[in-house]
Amino acid sequence: MLGLSITQWLFGTLSLMAIMFALMMVFTRSPVNSALYLIMTFFCIAGHYLLLNAQFLAVVQIVVYAGAIMVLFLYIIMLMNLNADEEPRKHVLTRAIAAIIGGMLLFVMIGALRGAEQLQIVQGGASQIGLVKNLGKVLFTEFLFPFEIASVLLLAALVGAIMIGKRDTNINTK
Amino acid sequence: MLNGIPINYYIMLSAVLFIIGAVGVMARRNAIIIFMCIELMLNAVNLMLVAFSTLHNDANGQVFVFFIMAVAAAEVAVGLAILSMVYRNFKSIDIDLLSRLKN
Repeated sequence: MLGLSITQWLFGTLSLMAIMFALMMVFTRSPVNSALYLIMTFFCIAGHYLLLNAQFLAVVQIVVYAGAIMVLFLYIIMLMNLNADEEPRKHVLTRAIAAIIGGMLLFVMIGALRGAEQLQIVQGGASQIGLVKNLGKVLFTEFLFPFEIASVLLLAALVGAIMIGKRDTNINTK
Repeated sequence: MLNGIPINYYIMLSAVLFIIGAVGVMARRNAIIIFMCIELMLNAVNLMLVAFSTLHNDANGQVFVFFIMAVAAAEVAVGLAILSMVYRNFKSIDIDLLSRLKN
């Protein structure tokens, strides 16, 4: 197998799949297909988390991103009844400029990394910090206050979403 | 199993995913797809944080990712509420129509 270990094979496959699905997400015209490809990308990233021994975050990634956030997106897309035919498209020149800027950014990032030293991540049970027990210990001792603030943030977002989404009766009756 | 993967590969992968998201933000006009591209960029950064957290054997990076996910969930809820409000008023979510503040 070309002298590669199972971890390296998994890394390569998951990376290729993530990049491929991300590209398809950007270049598909239909919004529903875009959302489905983004869900596949999130699953690939969850696989990467498993490979990095971050089991808790892998599960949270699938439950929160692929489960909750993307279902919300699909719900809104279906509510608005969007399809590929009336999808607005940018001018060809604008899209070409976007692609050129992205290519230049990639060039700069890869160029900046060329001389960096190679550090190996040791995989396969060596790192225990991603387990629920250890992460929970850190979360509820060191980061207890930010954790509580996050709950207030979620409550504020909930109230804000309802306030914005509510039909404004005052304007309509005028 | 101890054949590790260099951290550079993870940085490259996150950079590529981030740039795909950035190109999507620049090249698309549908507001919902722009939103999804922003989610992809957030995920690229998350992947890099988790990789470095595993490299240094430090839980802080993963706690950070957890908080980023909470903030992303809040952001998506409010953002999609705004988008549905825009759709109700304009009957479209074309980003180029929303340049009224410019004039």
